[in-house]
Amino acid sequence: MSSALLVAAALDAGTILALASLGLLINEKAGILNLGAEGMMLCSALAGFAAVVHTGSSVMGFGAGMLVGAAMAALFGWLVIWLGTNQYATGLALSLFGAGLSAFAGTSYVKEKLPEAVQYKIPLLGDLPFVGEAFFSQHPMVYIAMCITAGMMWFFFKTRSGLVLRSVGESPQSAHALGYNVRLIRLGAVMAGGALCGLAGAYVSTVYTPLWVEGMTAGKGWIALALTTFATWRPIRVLLGAYLFGGVTMLQFQLQAAGVHISSQFLNMMPYLATIVVLVLISRNPQWIRLNMPQSIGKPFQPNS
Amino acid sequence: MFELRNRAEASRFWAAASPALALLITVAIGMGIFVALGKDPVQGLQVFFWEPIKSSYAISELLLKATPLLLIAVGLAVCFRSNVWNIGAEGQYIVGAIAAGGVALMATPDTSGWIVVPILLAAIAGGMAWGGIVALLRDRFNANEILVSLMLVYVAVQLLQYMVYGPWKDPNGYNFPQTKTFESATQIPKLMGGSRVTIGLLLALAGAGGMWVYLYRTRAGFAQQVGGMAPAAARYAGFSARKGLWTALLISGGFAGLAGGLEVAGPIGQLTPYVPAGYGFAAIIVAFVGRLHPVGAVLSALLMSMFYIGGELAQSRMGLPKSITGVFQGLLLFSLLACDMLIAKQITWRRAQ
Repeated sequence: MSSALLVAAALDAGTILALASLGLLINEKAGILNLGAEGMMLCSALAGFAAVVHTGSSVMGFGAGMLVGAAMAALFGWLVIWLGTNQYATGLALSLFGAGLSAFAGTSYVKEKLPEAVQYKIPLLGDLPFVGEAFFSQHPMVYIAMCITAGMMWFFFKTRSGLVLRSVGESPQSAHALGYNVRLIRLGAVMAGGALCGLAGAYVSTVYTPLWVEGMTAGKGWIALALTTFATWRPIRVLLGAYLFGGVTMLQFQLQAAGVHISSQFLNMMPYLATIVVLVLISRNPQWIRLNMPQSIGKPFQPNS
Repeated sequence: MFELRNRAEASRFWAAASPALALLITVAIGMGIFVALGKDPVQGLQVFFWEPIKSSYAISELLLKATPLLLIAVGLAVCFRSNVWNIGAEGQYIVGAIAAGGVALMATPDTSGWIVVPILLAAIAGGMAWGGIVALLRDRFNANEILVSLMLVYVAVQLLQYMVYGPWKDPNGYNFPQTKTFESATQIPKLMGGSRVTIGLLLALAGAGGMWVYLYRTRAGFAQQVGGMAPAAARYAGFSARKGLWTALLISGGFAGLAGGLEVAGPIGQLTPYVPAGYGFAAIIVAFVGRLHPVGAVLSALLMSMFYIGGELAQSRMGLPKSITGVFQGLLLFSLLACDMLIAKQITWRRAQ
């Protein structure tokens, strides 16, 4: 694999993590920790795949993925925001349920194939040597993820609604006292986050590896969760971190292709070990984490108490 | 309109009744799923709740599957009570299985049956080591135990694959990724003839009993729980949070590892890529449905075992994918969490103004 293709592949793999992790970032900025990312991604991967199989349209695939992600997030949101259930346990339930449901509902799609993939290339820029192949011949979703990152930076730090969202995550009591509907804002954030996780899931099954197999997201939802901490809750760092992890994933194939004598199983471990290493490095300084982390993450909020 | 009000005191009734209500809700939704798929819901009920207990052989299979679930769930109950979120029991189970397999492979045709003891000790040590990594990284570097323990599941899966595709592959196995079948001396002794239930069941029950004593009758167990519920109070009382963390992860890792060892040296009898069966994740649900209580875990492990057997029967008898088990497991945990709201809250009816 040429180094240009390697960069391209890293961006491709990183886009999945970026989309999901940006979604989780919205949740966390509003004070909600959703451990259900993996489950939402699996169900939306299946939904996206099925939609493309039946309609042949990849836009429908992404739409179906986002819809399923948002719907599952709504269920999670209702439980944790209105019924006050434990966020850890409920998110875990969503992950386990999503894995089970997608495996069950997806049995008949295992042997399906998707229509031939289209090759994308930006005119002119795509013809440039090296950079054309590395950066300008990607699936549109790669650029959309970049735009979402930019949009999110603007939203969080330059708009009034972004400020309200962050205040809900920092101090729901104060936001409530100022007259904001903390619960609805949180539900909105959770559903928007679910939709992004859904988009990531649909990308996995319709673009990244266009097929459906049980458990195909292989922990990407969990890695995306780690990324928000790694990025100290900044959208741009989430994007860069996602590309870094995408690179680690690709390096594994690169090493294999280069004939390095390491068993493939050890190479397969790399993304997971890298996540652990990064978590260790980033968490060593608890003060730094505490400074950046939205203060109410994981804590329930009841307006009438 | 309906309104949720906080109760003055947590309801003891609902603390006990909530799992039962959650089961009812799960069954109701489950029957809805059967109807929606054009299957007979009564047959569905039979397959899940009657077939697994209708004969003594069926019951023995139920107990066989409940054994690993109970063991892991009891360990996890201690963990969750200490507010340590170990969700990687599946990985600790796998490493326990690998360690047990390593010892079992050393057996020769004239090895004594006592080799079962080192096999199980190796399994416990393997699980503890895997849980210990989580404790170490949390303790030394403050790394989130949820993510670390989960990442280690994927690492453990790859480790198992490496062993069965690589160094431990059976040379006479037609290149299948599996170890040779373990010598018969390594078989965990069976409880009685005619069934596959091993002394693992007794170990699991003893483990549940031991944990009950630990949690409710010892000072260390008390300190462990205070540390989980009220870290500030625990600090004030001089209970060490670090000790609590290590204890929780070593106990749950050890139990999960033991479960893995009992499976590979018991019903499976060799290492294959199919050793991980999701028990580590299902046991999380078992622990919660059992109210994080050792006795509750016995009941919920039996229930979850029914889900597994029911899923297999639904596949063979009703033509449904056996992954329906996973759907029901998830539904059960969701319903339980929703029903648990009734412990702290009261639903009241108030006329709209």
